[in-house]
Amino acid sequence: MSLVAAYRSSRELFVNLTLRELRSKYKRSFLGWAWSMLNPLATMFVYTIVFSLFFRAAPPPGVHGLNEYSLFLMCALLPWNFFQISIMGSIGSLVGNAGLIQKTYFERKLLPASNVGANLVSHLIEMGLLVAVLAGFGDWEAVTFIPVVLVLIAVMAVFAFGMGMLFSALNVYFRDVQHFMNIVLLVWLYLTPVIYPITTPGVQRFLPLLKLNPMTEMTECFRSVLYYGRFPTPAQFGYFLAAALVALAVGWAVFSHFQDDMAEEL
Amino acid sequence: MSAVVEADGVWKRFRLVHERNHSLKATVLRGRRVVAEEFWALKDVSFDVKQGETFGLIGENGSGKSTMLKCLTRILTPNKGSVRVEGKVSALLELGAGFHPELSGRENVFLNGAILGLTQNELKKRFDDIVDFAGIGPFIDEPVKNYSSGMYVRLGFSVAINVDPDVLFVDEVLAVGDEAFQRKCIERFNELSRAGKTVVLVSHGLSVVEALCDRVVWFSHGQVQRVGPPREVIEAYTDTVEVDRHVDEFGHPRWGSGEGRITGVMWLDERGQPTSRLYSGRPARLRLLFETSEPLEHPVFAVSITTPEGFEVSGPSSRDVGCVPEKLNGAGHVDVTFDRLRLLPGSYQLTLALTDFSRNHAFDVRKDLITFDVERGDSRETSGVAALDGQWEIVRADT
Repeated sequence: MSLVAAYRSSRELFVNLTLRELRSKYKRSFLGWAWSMLNPLATMFVYTIVFSLFFRAAPPPGVHGLNEYSLFLMCALLPWNFFQISIMGSIGSLVGNAGLIQKTYFERKLLPASNVGANLVSHLIEMGLLVAVLAGFGDWEAVTFIPVVLVLIAVMAVFAFGMGMLFSALNVYFRDVQHFMNIVLLVWLYLTPVIYPITTPGVQRFLPLLKLNPMTEMTECFRSVLYYGRFPTPAQFGYFLAAALVALAVGWAVFSHFQDDMAEEL
Repeated sequence: MSAVVEADGVWKRFRLVHERNHSLKATVLRGRRVVAEEFWALKDVSFDVKQGETFGLIGENGSGKSTMLKCLTRILTPNKGSVRVEGKVSALLELGAGFHPELSGRENVFLNGAILGLTQNELKKRFDDIVDFAGIGPFIDEPVKNYSSGMYVRLGFSVAINVDPDVLFVDEVLAVGDEAFQRKCIERFNELSRAGKTVVLVSHGLSVVEALCDRVVWFSHGQVQRVGPPREVIEAYTDTVEVDRHVDEFGHPRWGSGEGRITGVMWLDERGQPTSRLYSGRPARLRLLFETSEPLEHPVFAVSITTPEGFEVSGPSSRDVGCVPEKLNGAGHVDVTFDRLRLLPGSYQLTLALTDFSRNHAFDVRKDLITFDVERGDSRETSGVAALDGQWEIVRADT
């Protein structure tokens, strides 16, 4: 089944599963949806205090002399968080919905897809707030670049969906995958210039290695449009997009290979 | 008419897992992931179901009928062979599968409907019907975790049946819900088949299968034994299952595995003497004699009183009243005492059964073992078969 045909026949279910994720996520918590904002805010404060105050990490000045570590951080940290929780959520979505898989037939890829979809909704809200704050700091370019940001978020979602399919399918067979991925994503975060600027002298020595990491280009793309107020270079965007498409292709192939037997293996 | 459901040479292999390694370490250390024995749950199964047919799958537990249904609904994939189903499919394999406990009934109806392939608009149109049919009423906006198990199942059934499928797959779900709801479900099946829809159902309830189905397939050890008209196939099936089905010395049908036997039955009067005279509304005692050739665990005695036309007036069992011993060995009798025999005058037949606790396995069943007559006694009611002896009172409204 092609991607488009699959989407067409499953659109309703995708929307419903996504709504289920969103509705059930903060059920019975007092602050409810506020949690989805409080989490990134808390990480922002911690990183800002540790890296800006203690380690004196200095981001290069942005557009209109914007020079605020916390904003510089959030331009890349929010996309990273979206990536991370989408992968981990996808991995959990198959095991967590074992009953559904064993008792009904539907396109199984919708489980990781709806997980990414639900996270995408919160991510869009977060990014909207970030753009508003950036504009408040005089970075009006962030507003004019909104269409580009949306394209980047879409590529990010494709990347996360591909990875989510790959590892959620493997996790059905080996439950180690979820623990393993926790570590992988932690290491990956620190190998990506999210928390520290890529211009840091110590980082520059490893630049060729760092450039192999598609997430490095991801941070550069998001920061270009949000923080520096300019288009990302075609090379940056191209590498990021290529990585996302490869992840989608591999994830799709692996998931398709395993999905017939999922009902038995869960 | 053309076949809308087709199984063609389907083979399905299962692994009996002795030891499953869900972790990578164990897999690497032992060099393999699963220590398992393979067996074929389905062996070269072929049949087809025509448009508009109600088609039944019967067979003992583990015979492969539920596996077949899961292959037809694409939950499982056959190892060999192919299945083909035409048109919009809905399946009732487990009612309320996929309900999210924290979400309201309403939200879950929309989610479940979408899993079954309904669009939002179709669901909106049918929403009231779904809620009506389930009889959930104002609870529809409560989280389903607060539902009783009956409400949960009724809502699940109601969504699935309102999908308006071309082909409906049903697995044993008629065993749930109270009798009124079951009747509603059966009516709904009949409506579907009148509308030319195809129904494929798995059931242990042979009488339901016989009443509903146009054709039946009988599975045994993963293979099709026989396909054909319900009566014929069900008879062939019961002949093998009830191994020593035969008629007793009085010419009444008798079957069961024989570890325990019902050796006799009698009515006793107030003084405990055997009697053949029973009076409506007066005390009576039924005595069943039994003996066992080996200890029976949690045995259940059951009595069924029917009219000569076969209408069951009452079918109490010792399990209904919680009178089930841990173990039963040797010979003895069971007394069922009626303070007042609530049968109206007439002729009745008595069927007796000794079964295991699930009531699926029969040690001994003696159909229509005796016929007895009830004579006019203390009850003054005349119409029907049972005297409910209600208290009557007429109250006039004061004007």
